[in-house]
Amino acid sequence: MSISVRGVTRQFGAFHAVDDVTVDVEPGELLALLGPSGSGKTTLLRLIAGLEIPDAGRILFDGDDATARSARERRVGFVFQHYALFRHMTVFENVAFGLRVKPRKDRPAEAEIRRRVSELLDLVHLGMMADRYPSQLSGGQRQRVALVRALAVQPRVLLLDEPFGALDARVRQDLRRSLRRLHDELAVTTVFVTHDQEEALELADRVVVMNAGRVEQIGTAQEVYDQPATAFVCSFLGDVNLFHSRVERGQAYLGGVPVQVPSTHAAGAGEVCVYVRPHALTVQATRDNDHQFRARVVHVNAAGPTVKLELLSEWGSPFRVEMPQDRYRALGLGLPAQRDVYVTPDPAGVFVHPA
Amino acid sequence: MDVTQTLDRAPAAPALVAAEAPLAKWALVGLALLFLGFFLFLPLVAIFAQAFESGPSAYWAAVADADSRSAFGLTLVAALVAVPINVIFGIAAAWAVARFDFPGKGFLVSLIDLPFAVSPVIAGLVFVLLFGMQGYFGPWLAERDIQIVFAVPGILLATLFVTVPFVARELIPLMQEQGSEEEQAAISLGAGGWQTFFRITIPNIRWGLLYGVVLLNARAIGEFGAVSVVSGHIRGETNTAPLHVEILYNEYNFAAAFAVASVLAIFALVTIAAKAGIELKTGMHGRTR
Repeated sequence: MSISVRGVTRQFGAFHAVDDVTVDVEPGELLALLGPSGSGKTTLLRLIAGLEIPDAGRILFDGDDATARSARERRVGFVFQHYALFRHMTVFENVAFGLRVKPRKDRPAEAEIRRRVSELLDLVHLGMMADRYPSQLSGGQRQRVALVRALAVQPRVLLLDEPFGALDARVRQDLRRSLRRLHDELAVTTVFVTHDQEEALELADRVVVMNAGRVEQIGTAQEVYDQPATAFVCSFLGDVNLFHSRVERGQAYLGGVPVQVPSTHAAGAGEVCVYVRPHALTVQATRDNDHQFRARVVHVNAAGPTVKLELLSEWGSPFRVEMPQDRYRALGLGLPAQRDVYVTPDPAGVFVHPA
Repeated sequence: MDVTQTLDRAPAAPALVAAEAPLAKWALVGLALLFLGFFLFLPLVAIFAQAFESGPSAYWAAVADADSRSAFGLTLVAALVAVPINVIFGIAAAWAVARFDFPGKGFLVSLIDLPFAVSPVIAGLVFVLLFGMQGYFGPWLAERDIQIVFAVPGILLATLFVTVPFVARELIPLMQEQGSEEEQAAISLGAGGWQTFFRITIPNIRWGLLYGVVLLNARAIGEFGAVSVVSGHIRGETNTAPLHVEILYNEYNFAAAFAVASVLAIFALVTIAAKAGIELKTGMHGRTR
């Protein structure tokens, strides 16, 4: 099913939690709402679910206006950040709840309920836990119960609020994979909220980057990472170094090195911010061309597959560089602290936005 | 080196406290037990001793006496009216306070506490002032031959008033702490309002609710001050059990007074047992009121 959010606004007092947001979710898509806390992503999810009522705008399900419909009528599966499992019910009864509260004419027979719930619990390897209470489960198990509880009523849309937020790193990795697998098997349109850019980029077909209640950019993981539309997207997705520069006669410089300026704001002259990904900077021990600037090594962290250098540019701004371990060794910097090196920016990792 | 020394020495301090503790502990426990024995246990024993002073048959005669039975009946009616009404009010008020923001919320919470804050005698006087012959609605009621004060309705009103806070007070913090996510989850799973209420809300608050009901019931049965003012003390008609105890006592009928009192004391013991049972069940140990 497709979801269409059209110019939706939700205010809490004077605070615009969601401000004129338009997003389209394709049928069967796995979409991430990504943003820092307070960016309105959870409110947007709750608006789609019908748990919040928009102050303006419309929400369409498959072209049908669902704005006035209650959460109950929308048939969405909602997985809460803290799972909201029914604490007084067993795992089995939690999952069966959605089937048991159906109007009598739609309610499956008890045997059918048992069969479906067992099937769902087996799907997430929780068949053995059917008689436990939520308080007897681990975080990861609770999350899976919440997931299949939402799926039990065969929702048209699956909405997840920070599905992995409260879990430790290893469990998170596992559950990410199982969510992707489940999504691919069931082909249910899925929207999830996250503040973790890595999670969004890894899991989602498309990412909606939000900030201060507004949509900054919508695109595939690759698009938002490689072509960030705004300064916010650029700095929120992945690490960046920030340099201040000026555009003059359609050209900006990083030290003495010319950097590409998008045609949209190349015409004017003025202050710009130059964002450079740490891995888009190449370090050499000697100067061998004019498109390099000089910098001094301040600190080296060589633990792990990626070596992280902290440097100070010749004009005094601190920045970071990351490179693979083997390239660092090939540099042969020896005892590198306080050494001068020469840095070349790779245009693919350089973004210029108005200051 | 300094750090290591500090760390080495650290456990010594609690050990010192522990060494001092037993004496202080037993002194405090002993003092508390002495106090409780003198002020609570001794009177309880005295009630039963006095009640049975003239033998079991006299005890039974006093308890089964027509006026006593009428007093117990009226007390029971008052509790039967006060409990359901204040349970419904308490749930509704707690729901409103815990789930919604509205102007005057703080005022409502303070107002719920009012019956705890004012003396029960004043609560009773308020109803006399409102519905008594010299009161605001007195003449209007008299014209229509409706009697509230010095009659059963007045007793019910006074009992209702003094027992308002129990359930709401118990449920407001509980429902605030639990939040509404489970209810939202139920609704998103297709449950209706009543289904959500009976399958999610009530089970989640059931122990707190029961605790509130036990306290509310105890107060409804034991209330003296407010009921005394509005009752008129008409034997066999507007006398509740606590008022009956007072009348018997004032008539120097000590054995009968203590016999009726012992029934109330037995009820109090049952209440305490029920309360302890609930506390055991829910881990609400050490909670006051």
